[in-house]
Amino acid sequence: MCLGIPGQVAEIIDEHYVVADVSGAKRKINTDLLVGQPLESGSWVLIHVGFALAIIDDNEAKQTLDLLNEMQEVYQQELEALAISTAHKISEKSGDL
Amino acid sequence: MKYVDEYRGKTHALALAEEIEKLCIPGKEYKIMEICGGHTHAIYKYGIEKYLPEQIKLVHGPGCPVCVIPLGRVDDAISISLGEVIFTCFGDMLRVPGNKRSLSDAKAQGSDIRVVYSPLDALDIAQKNRDKQVVFLAIGFETTAPSTAIALKQAKALGLTNFSIFCNHVTIIPPLVSILESEDSQIDAFIGPGHVAAVVGCQIFEQITARYSKPVVVSGFEPLDILQSVYMIIKQFHDDVRAVENQYSRVVPYYGNQAAIEAINSTMEVRPYFEWRGLGTIENSGLKIRDDYGEFDAENRFTIPGIKVSEPRACQCGQVLQGKIMPNECRVFGKACTPEKPIGTCMVSSEGACAAYYNYGRFQVTAGR
Ligand code: SF4
Repeated sequence: MCLGIPGQVAEIIDEHYVVADVSGAKRKINTDLLVGQPLESGSWVLIHVGFALAIIDDNEAKQTLDLLNEMQEVYQQELEALAISTAHKISEKSGDL
Repeated sequence: MKYVDEYRGKTHALALAEEIEKLCIPGKEYKIMEICGGHTHAIYKYGIEKYLPEQIKLVHGPGCPVCVIPLGRVDDAISISLGEVIFTCFGDMLRVPGNKRSLSDAKAQGSDIRVVYSPLDALDIAQKNRDKQVVFLAIGFETTAPSTAIALKQAKALGLTNFSIFCNHVTIIPPLVSILESEDSQIDAFIGPGHVAAVVGCQIFEQITARYSKPVVVSGFEPLDILQSVYMIIKQFHDDVRAVENQYSRVVPYYGNQAAIEAINSTMEVRPYFEWRGLGTIENSGLKIRDDYGEFDAENRFTIPGIKVSEPRACQCGQVLQGKIMPNECRVFGKACTPEKPIGTCMVSSEGACAAYYNYGRFQVTAGR
């Protein structure tokens, strides 16, 4: 729950939400905490409980993903929690998997 | 894989280790506290202490939000869940022991308790179940508080009448002050929590440097980040300066995330007192929902027993959370207290120091460390 996980913006939904690719799964991520920091498709964000908390660069995202992959247990728990989320699931219209 | 070499390479680690050793003042002991549970995990996963000279001791701090929830608040949550409600919480909270039972036990006995990933999931459940009260158990430091704040704003915008939050958010500075003020505190410096700082900024740690003359280096989570932070701390002692430094500037702006700070401040305010597991009652350390959002405050909607429960005698979580003992020095560590059957919260949460020690096989107490 406390873990920050990187996600890559795949699509901008509106000024409050984007679709982000989080470890291969597409999720709806809230961007209200990034007011004034414009996002575009391809941007990486650091996600905490479904909210983008900071914009990060590609290199940072890759390092963090590697670190998380190595800390298997904690990361898996976080991804499983995200998988069951309904609020962060994207509607079929936007191409949910 | 360049970045792996760059950040996790043994050669770099060894070079940094050598520099650290050179800067250490002979005969001086350094007790450095990493505040965040994420750092604790990285330290044990990668065996970072092996790179440090004997005179540097890393101790673990109070930064795991699940670990610091007192028994009484768990009992309060269980009491709410017993009513005609849908009770939602993060998965980590299910197994945290209350006085006699956990939320997981309450669920087995019939409470409708659902694990959610974010407070927005709880909002979603409320919108789909208008005939039921839906409660979200909010916990966490300044990293998760903004998400609760946005959920409150959305609930208000939607005009929901069946949604409330049982707010247990805490802030990072007061427990550090409490640790530094405690009689036998021997902490020399802090490795600051990277993601809390991404919200509140590095500057909030300036009061620790100013009042207590302790270096604080806000750090990333890579093994080399942590080693570099230790280097920066030791360099401060060597150069006889005390400052807040930002090792994680590639993610953390020095003044934090203004939108997140604004979201917290507009929906929540500081409580005069809040109880912490093992640390007792700390002034100005918890957040409560502002009156403007009072209709979404579970403490207004439900009768909450608010009973103070003393901690089990065997449990030494308080000393672990203050860096006074190492987890494997607790009397019941690995015996009566294991991740399968935890006595204290530090063993429940995967981010807790005791769980980290247990999972990485630290059963032996190593002399001098
Ligand atoms: S071993 Fe168990 S009881 Fe002892 S400090 Fe850790 S969590 Fe608390």
